[in-house]
Amino acid sequence: MYSSNRKLSYSLAINEALYQMMELDETVFLIGQGVKSPWYVGNTTRGLLETFGSERVIDTPVSENAMTGAAVGSAIAGMRAVVLHPRMDFMMYALDPIINEAANWSYMNGGKASVPIVIWGIINRGGEQAAQHSQSMHALFSHIPGLKVVMPATSYDAKGLMVSAIQDKNPVIFIDDRWLYNIEDVVPEELYSVQIGKGVIRKEGKDVTVLATSYMVQEALKAASILENENVAAEIVDLRTVKPMDTELIFESVKKTGRVVIADGGWKTCGLSAEISAQISENILEYLKSPVVRVALPDIPAPASQPLEKEYYPTCNNIVNAVKNVLLTG
Amino acid sequence: MDYPKEVLTRLYQTMLRIRYCEESLVPPILKGEIRCPVHLCTGQEAVAAGIGAVLEKKDYIFGNHRSHGHYLAKGGGMPELIAEIYGKETGCSKGRGGSMHLIDPQVGMLGSAPIVAGTIPLALGAALASSIRRDNRVTVSFFGDGATGEGVLYESLNFAALKKLPLIFACENNFYSTHLPIEEIRVNNRICGIGKPFGVKSFTVDGNDVLEVYEYAQKAVAHCRKGEGPVFLEFLTYRMRGHVGPDDNVQGSHTDIRPKHEIEEWRKKDPIKRIEQYLLRNEILVKKELLVFHEQIRQEVDAAHVFASNSPYPRKEDIDSYVFLK
Repeated sequence: MYSSNRKLSYSLAINEALYQMMELDETVFLIGQGVKSPWYVGNTTRGLLETFGSERVIDTPVSENAMTGAAVGSAIAGMRAVVLHPRMDFMMYALDPIINEAANWSYMNGGKASVPIVIWGIINRGGEQAAQHSQSMHALFSHIPGLKVVMPATSYDAKGLMVSAIQDKNPVIFIDDRWLYNIEDVVPEELYSVQIGKGVIRKEGKDVTVLATSYMVQEALKAASILENENVAAEIVDLRTVKPMDTELIFESVKKTGRVVIADGGWKTCGLSAEISAQISENILEYLKSPVVRVALPDIPAPASQPLEKEYYPTCNNIVNAVKNVLLTG
Repeated sequence: MDYPKEVLTRLYQTMLRIRYCEESLVPPILKGEIRCPVHLCTGQEAVAAGIGAVLEKKDYIFGNHRSHGHYLAKGGGMPELIAEIYGKETGCSKGRGGSMHLIDPQVGMLGSAPIVAGTIPLALGAALASSIRRDNRVTVSFFGDGATGEGVLYESLNFAALKKLPLIFACENNFYSTHLPIEEIRVNNRICGIGKPFGVKSFTVDGNDVLEVYEYAQKAVAHCRKGEGPVFLEFLTYRMRGHVGPDDNVQGSHTDIRPKHEIEEWRKKDPIKRIEQYLLRNEILVKKELLVFHEQIRQEVDAAHVFASNSPYPRKEDIDSYVFLK
């Protein structure tokens, strides 16, 4: 029997999704730098090499362009590839296979071929790692037609979205944040999936809607607790998928509260928060009681030095202040 | 090397089909009836035909911007090719891709793309898939001399050699990277040498001699099928037309690139004339038989144009079909 309330860390939830999908479907394989090194990927790939062998768990040279291209090509040839970028900054070397090839392949070939691939990029913020080990590039990939982008914020979703991403016929960018790896929540042992394109309300509230994704969901939940003590009921909406975005859920919540704070771990300009804000103003502007407020990264590369890092990354306090501003203005 | 009559006939027919197909596109391009960029492979038919004749249906190929010949030689349908170039719904890519995006998975033609060297790692991945599945397929990656400027080629050579993947790097060296002669893009024009540091078996082949192409393709495919790793083949050849469209890029024209005498020298090495002479000289086929093939293929090409002409354009309401597969 399956235990219904087993708790599992976020990173081991990813591990379980990979394990179960590789066991279920022999066309699934994992390729990327560090897939056999906990130093690179924590315990997300624990035991996979031992169980499935080096033909299906392939640690690679530092050749992001060719390795990602190879994953795309293998998918065109009938495999289901998961290609890992342990620091998503290095994915920039692979923009051609991701954007020119994988994203366009189905359309420009009239649907004659699909690219069932998961391109898994890990955000490695903090730890004074500076500008090239810290970037969160979800907005860039969400801009591209033909790509889906998921960013789970809980262990349950990490497993369920990885399973969905592997099962999808299209290229899916799976982005996780190392800051989430040690959180724990209930994860069923059996195989299940979380539908791509569906957000979820993490906490109900009537006064303000806080829209967040990935690690910022955790900060938003902390903010909601703080606000609760001040008699403000914030509704926390976790997008889970950045593209295609669950605008229906967003609109439903915003219509109810009339006030919006968007908390995003990416940059502000042309970012996810800009897109959500545009969606709201294009579709349900009349429901807003006050202007949308965004909590996002400033348009500055990630700094190394700790005092600057602390200034750079928004926390629950920034969200609390943003909510207060929204309440004051309308 | 003596080859059976059927093999020689097939090589000849494939080259003729490609040539007639390519040249049939010139009038409609000049009249503006074909609008998408078309990169003709007139003059380079022997490479596609020679390799295509060795591959089995299950084997994979990936092409580039100049891949009408690769597609046809692997068994892709001519009516669907012409319809695609006209942007019709019946095209091999349903009019969404045009001349530079040809595909026919049923015959192992897995696609083509104009990002220079962009399909090389895709072919690497198809070969990796075969290696994981142990399905004994061979993959051929077709690219040009221009692709030797892209880093991903060297990454792919390394990984293919490291994992002994069944991949043939088929470089068609036509001595021009769009408008630049090879001397202006490489310090050393011996492209064949680039595979050697990776321990990849490498050969330079006369790409205008279909029998030599066929011979080396056989060796390369056998090497890959035995699991002995990738092979690099450099084919020396020449496009009789220019980089894009019917313009021949001759010096003095507005494109002003290639010396007239160089084009004339290569015209003497026309791969189709050479195999014709071989067939007649060795009394494998007589002139009358050759003329019958010409006539049959002309009719096939005409029929493909009629098919394309009678086909509908994609409907406006279907503009977003195929962005995602359901």
